[in-house]
Amino acid sequence: MVKLAEWQGKGVFRKYGIPLPRGEVARSADEAETLVRTGKVPLPCVVKAQVLAGGRGKGGAVRFANTPEEVRAAAASILALEFKGEKVHELLLEEKLPIGRELYLSLTLDRTQRLPLLISSPHGGVEIESVADTEIDRQTVDPFPGLTGYEKRRAAKVLGLSGTLARSLDKLLDSLWQVFQHEDAELVEINPLAIVGDGLVALDAKVIIEDDAAFRHPEYAEIRDDRTELEEIAREKEIAFVQLDGNIGVIANGAGLTMATLDVLKELGGAPGVFLDLGGTDDPKKVTEAFLLMARAKPAAVFLNIFGGVTRCDTVAKGLVEAMRQVPTSDRFPLIARIRGNNEKEGIEILRSAGVTSVSDLRASAQAAVDAAGGRA
Amino acid sequence: MSVLVDRSTRVVVQGITGHQGSVHARQMAQFGTAVVAGVTPGKAGTDVEGVPVFDSVRDAVDRTQANASCIFVPAPYARDALLEAVDAGIKLCVVVTEHIPFHDMLVMYHYARAKGTRIIGPNCPGIASPGKAKVGIIPNVVFQPGRIGVISRSGTLTYEIVNGIKEMGLGQSTCIGLGGDPVVGTSFVDALPFFESDPDTDALVMVGEIGGTAEEDGAEYIRHHFTKPVVAYIAGRSAPPGKRMGHAGAIITRGKGTAETKVAALEAAGARVARFPYEIPTLVAEVAGSSRR
Repeated sequence: MVKLAEWQGKGVFRKYGIPLPRGEVARSADEAETLVRTGKVPLPCVVKAQVLAGGRGKGGAVRFANTPEEVRAAAASILALEFKGEKVHELLLEEKLPIGRELYLSLTLDRTQRLPLLISSPHGGVEIESVADTEIDRQTVDPFPGLTGYEKRRAAKVLGLSGTLARSLDKLLDSLWQVFQHEDAELVEINPLAIVGDGLVALDAKVIIEDDAAFRHPEYAEIRDDRTELEEIAREKEIAFVQLDGNIGVIANGAGLTMATLDVLKELGGAPGVFLDLGGTDDPKKVTEAFLLMARAKPAAVFLNIFGGVTRCDTVAKGLVEAMRQVPTSDRFPLIARIRGNNEKEGIEILRSAGVTSVSDLRASAQAAVDAAGGRA
Repeated sequence: MSVLVDRSTRVVVQGITGHQGSVHARQMAQFGTAVVAGVTPGKAGTDVEGVPVFDSVRDAVDRTQANASCIFVPAPYARDALLEAVDAGIKLCVVVTEHIPFHDMLVMYHYARAKGTRIIGPNCPGIASPGKAKVGIIPNVVFQPGRIGVISRSGTLTYEIVNGIKEMGLGQSTCIGLGGDPVVGTSFVDALPFFESDPDTDALVMVGEIGGTAEEDGAEYIRHHFTKPVVAYIAGRSAPPGKRMGHAGAIITRGKGTAETKVAALEAAGARVARFPYEIPTLVAEVAGSSRR
């Protein structure tokens, strides 16, 4: 998933006509000061860290400023922050508005009903998880007619809006629905949506774009997210690769088998550190690349657990043998293999000729991997 | 009897001239399935190992009376392929394609439902009933005819488990792989009634994963309506929250979708829940034995 920072999300909102405070992005204290001195951002203003984690207000990552000097000081202190593990690279400077009530709106997916879900609450400006369930309204929206008039009227009622404000909401919800659909969003959230005079303004923007829709959205390809460097390389090679905290590398095929393998290792006292899901491939080169990537993560031992279907056992074995040839001796790790399914015999034979024994029992082979990695973590 | 597929199933393979399409068309045929047609726009008049290729699903249905489709078309075109199959009157579509945007799948699901077509998948291994038919990609070697039903959200883990059942000396009635995406055409709740009414199924194995509430909903159905013994397994007990575990749908978000709640719901519904995949065959043998008495 591509999580957009607030300023990027607001860029999307602007495109669809969702009302926003006047604002600009700065990447240094100098730049921030210049923005207010030149009047591009009016004073007083708010300086906000562009990080993905929530709770910025309480964590000192959002500050108000009345003068260019105060802007400079606020910018410098926020840029020096490491907020919940994230470095601050960008600041969003926005005009400070006379805010009335703060509301909550979002569109997401209801997996059970297989429908988009519009969530509204009159209590914005706090994390929605902390709002009482009775104060949150959820409406599923059918994609065929799209968001209807009566659904928007219900949202207005829930939010306590009437007259001009209800009409503003009607228009804003149409825009929000378009963002959700046209941008292939998993989540679009405005929290808070503020009443400012007789209008509505999105004070924050949270937009998450679905990975699988990347082919329709080359514009999001460059956005940095919370992947590690190796995870990023894996993504480019279309290998599912996730780094965890332990020291055993796991290579399996298919998400379910991979998760089951991690569960078994953990139960036996091991600590899975990296897992890599080959998915369905019948290209030995891809297997080789996956192994080389695993080697770079420096695992204490690697457990290979393959059940051959689309990915045949002999393909995996060939790719593995080639990778072992390429990994320098100093980076070698103990390898415990279990390969079953399509072309099992051929695969086992290829591994045997390279000195790797395949153990067919899952529990026994997992135990061998835990022992090879040094037992209990 | 069996579930959703049988000897009258006639399969059209959409995307048959691609690598996966042609490989699996052959394997479906080797399983004993009537693979009657393939579709690849622009390739009409050719054949893939004797299976005639048509430009459209409509042509394939008109000429071969195909009544089920197996879709291998790449994700950007999968939505169109599915809508085409639905409009041609196909009543069962197995979508093997992975990485279909869920916004596309929402449209596919509701369109198919309105027109009376069942979707299995996407991102799924499909459905197989040994001795009858297979629509999808589950390896033929794991099957043997028998009386255990299987419903699973996983792919290869399903193969592993079905194979384990076979090695225990038991066979399968029908096995359905639902797929690992957030939006699937057929969920546990949708599939369970078929197995309840199937006289060839004595007991059921249900394989779930973290993420979403499909297992909890399935457990609720089992508690009230399912009379056969159930053995369940949930993958991802050790998965950290917020990490997407390979499947788009396998993610614990905001504390929801954990293995604990799923296991608890299934146990409360009377299912025997295995802690590990290798415990499943033994549990299946136990419950299958008890159900015959």
